[in-house]
Amino acid sequence: MGELLTLFPNLNLALPELILAIGSMVLLMIGAYSGGKATGLVSGLAMALLVVAGFILLTTEGTGTVFHGAFILDEFAIFMKMLVLTGSVVAIAMSVNFMKREQFDKFEFPVLIVLATLGMMLMVSANDMITLYLGIELQSLSLYVLAAINRDSVRSTEAGLKYFVLGALSSGMLLYGVSLIYGFTGQTNFTGIAEAMAGSGRSLGLIFGLVFLVAGLAFKISVVPFHMWTPDVYEGSPTPVTAFFSAAPKVAAMALFIRVVIDAFEPISKDWQQIIVFISIASMVLGAFAAIGQTNIKRLMAYSSIGHMGFALVGLAAGTQAGINGVILYMVIYLAMTLGTFACILAMRRKSGMVEEIKDLSGLAKNNPVLALFMTLLMFSLAGIPPLAGFFAKYFVFLAAIEAELYALAIIGVLSSVVGAFYYLRIIKIMWFDEGEDSFVPMSGELKLVLGASGIFVTLFYLVAGPIFAATSGAASSLF
Amino acid sequence: MILTAIFFYLFATVTIGAAFMVITARNPVHAVLFLILAFVNSAGLFMLAGAEFLAFILIVVYVGAVAVLFLFVVMMLDVDFAELRSGFLDYLPVGGVVGLIVLAELLLVLGSWVVAPGAIGDPVQPIPDMDQVSNVEALGNILYTRYVFFFQIAGMILLVAMVGAIVLTLHHKDKALRQNIGDQVARTPATAIEVVSDVEPGKGLKG
Repeated sequence: MGELLTLFPNLNLALPELILAIGSMVLLMIGAYSGGKATGLVSGLAMALLVVAGFILLTTEGTGTVFHGAFILDEFAIFMKMLVLTGSVVAIAMSVNFMKREQFDKFEFPVLIVLATLGMMLMVSANDMITLYLGIELQSLSLYVLAAINRDSVRSTEAGLKYFVLGALSSGMLLYGVSLIYGFTGQTNFTGIAEAMAGSGRSLGLIFGLVFLVAGLAFKISVVPFHMWTPDVYEGSPTPVTAFFSAAPKVAAMALFIRVVIDAFEPISKDWQQIIVFISIASMVLGAFAAIGQTNIKRLMAYSSIGHMGFALVGLAAGTQAGINGVILYMVIYLAMTLGTFACILAMRRKSGMVEEIKDLSGLAKNNPVLALFMTLLMFSLAGIPPLAGFFAKYFVFLAAIEAELYALAIIGVLSSVVGAFYYLRIIKIMWFDEGEDSFVPMSGELKLVLGASGIFVTLFYLVAGPIFAATSGAASSLF
Repeated sequence: MILTAIFFYLFATVTIGAAFMVITARNPVHAVLFLILAFVNSAGLFMLAGAEFLAFILIVVYVGAVAVLFLFVVMMLDVDFAELRSGFLDYLPVGGVVGLIVLAELLLVLGSWVVAPGAIGDPVQPIPDMDQVSNVEALGNILYTRYVFFFQIAGMILLVAMVGAIVLTLHHKDKALRQNIGDQVARTPATAIEVVSDVEPGKGLKG
C-alpha cells in the first residue's frame, strides 16, 4: 500500500471506482455461491454499494488527476458521477419486482449494472484517450449483455445482438479517430492534445480523427445520424433495462463528449462546433417527426430521447460556459423526467402481463387518476411547457445558443420543440379523453416512490432551481 | 547480417503469400490454416525486429486461441460458402467505390503526415537500453507501474465478457443427463448386470 501511494499519490480520488470494482466482484461471489437464489439480496447490496460510492464521492476532499493524468476528478466529474449513480440506483430499484414477476431474476443483472456504472464513472473521469476507450468499452459491454439478458425472448436477444454489432462498429470508428489523433499530436492525454494543437495548429489528419471520434461518441448518446439502433434496442430490451439505458449511460456519454471537445479540442472549437450544430439540428428534427407515428411507448421514448439529446447538444454547440451549464442542467432534468416516465411505463401491467402500446393507456384517468396525473405532468415537462422543469432545461440551452449567435440553431430547436409537443399531448389526450380499457394492477411501492419523487421534482423545480443552478454553474466553471 | 536479411525476406514473402491465400482459398479450412502460417511467419518477423515478447504473444494468443477458435467455428457451423460468395459480383461495384473512397481518405490523411520536430528525441516513454533489460521486463516495468490503471480496467472488461458469456449461454436444464459419481460407485452386480437366458438364435430379446 505504501509503495502504491508513492506511485499514485492521489489514489483516494479514485476511491469510489475502487469500491465499485471490488464490490462488484464480492457481489458476484455472493450470487454465485448462493446458487443463484439471492437475486433480492444482491440487488439490495448493489444499491447499497452505489449509495456508499456516492457518499464517498461527496466526502472526497480535493480535486486533481491520478494515474499520470489519465483520471481526473473535478467538480464537473463529481456532479456528473452523482447523476450517473442516481440513475443506476433507481434503475436497479425499479427492476426488482419486474424481474420476479417476469421470472428471469438473475443475480448477474444488478452486478452488470454496477459494472456498467463503473465504466460510466471512468468515462466521466476520463482525461486520456485510453481511459476514454476503456471506460466506453466497459460500459458498452455490460449494456450489450443487459439488453439480451432475457435470453428466452427473441426480441431481447435481437436487441442485444443489434446493439452489439452496431456498438462494435462505432467503437471501431472511435478507435480509428483516436489513433489518428494520437498520430498527429503524439499525445493521448487530453491536456497534451490541446497543448500540441495550440503549438502546431490544426491539420487535415487531426480533423479526420476528430470526425471519427465525434461519430463514435454520437453513437453512444444516440444522436442522428447514429441513432438507428435506439428504437429497436429500446423496444426489444426488458423495460427496466430500457429505463437504465435511457438514463445513466446518456449522462455519462454526454459528460465524456463535453470533456473531450472542451478540454482536448478547445483550440479547434470552430471545427467541432459545425459538426455538433449539424447533429443537434438533425436529432431535434428527427426526434420530433419520427415519434409522431409510433404506437409502442418504448419506441416513442427512444425517439424522445434522440430529440432530447439534440436539445442538450444545442448548449454544447454554443461552446461557452453558459452553454455547458445549460447541458448539465438539461441532463439533470432529463434524468428526472425519463426515470419518472419509465416508472409509469413499468406500471403498465394488466393481469395478463405487461403492455406497452400507447393505446393501452386509454381510460387511465378513470381507473387510476393519480398515475394519470403524474404521467401528464411528466409529459408536459418533456414537451417543455412552463413552469415545469423541462421548460427551464430548454430555456437555458437556447439562451446560451442565442448568446453565442447561433440563431438558426435556436429557432429550429424551438420549432421542433413545438412539433414534439404534439406526441406528448397525444398521450395526455389518450389518457384523459379516450374510452377506457381494463385497469392496471396496483403499482409496487418503489415505482410509486420514483414516480412521486420525479413528479414533484419536475412540478416544483422552480423552488429548488437556485441551489441546483449554483451546483451546475460550479460544475461548468471547473471545465474552463 | 546477411543471414538476418535472408530470414527477413523468407518470412516476409511467406507472410504475404499466406495472407493472399487466406482470402483466395476456396476451402475455408485451408484459409484458416494459411492464416496460421501467416501468424507464425509474422512472429518470425517480430523476432528479427527484437520484439520477442510480441512474437510469443502472437503465437500463444493468435495461433493458440484465435485461429483454433476460427477452425472450430468453420468446422462446426455448416456455412455454405458457395452461397455466401454468390452475390460477390453484384456487390463488387458498390464495395469497390466504398473501398476507393476509404483509400482516397487514407492517402489524404497520410499525405499530410509529418514527423513533428523533436518527436523522435522526446517520446512519452523512452525505450530502455535493450542490453540492460529484456523485452518482457521492459514492458512489465511500465505495464504494472505507469499503466497499471489501464491494465486493471482491461481486466474488468474481461470480467464483464466472462460474466456476459455465462449469463447468456449457460443453461441449467433439469432433463440433461449428468454424471453422478456417487450413483456410479454405489452400483452392485445385482443392479448393474441382468442375466438373460432362453434367447433363441436370430430372435433377439423381447421388449
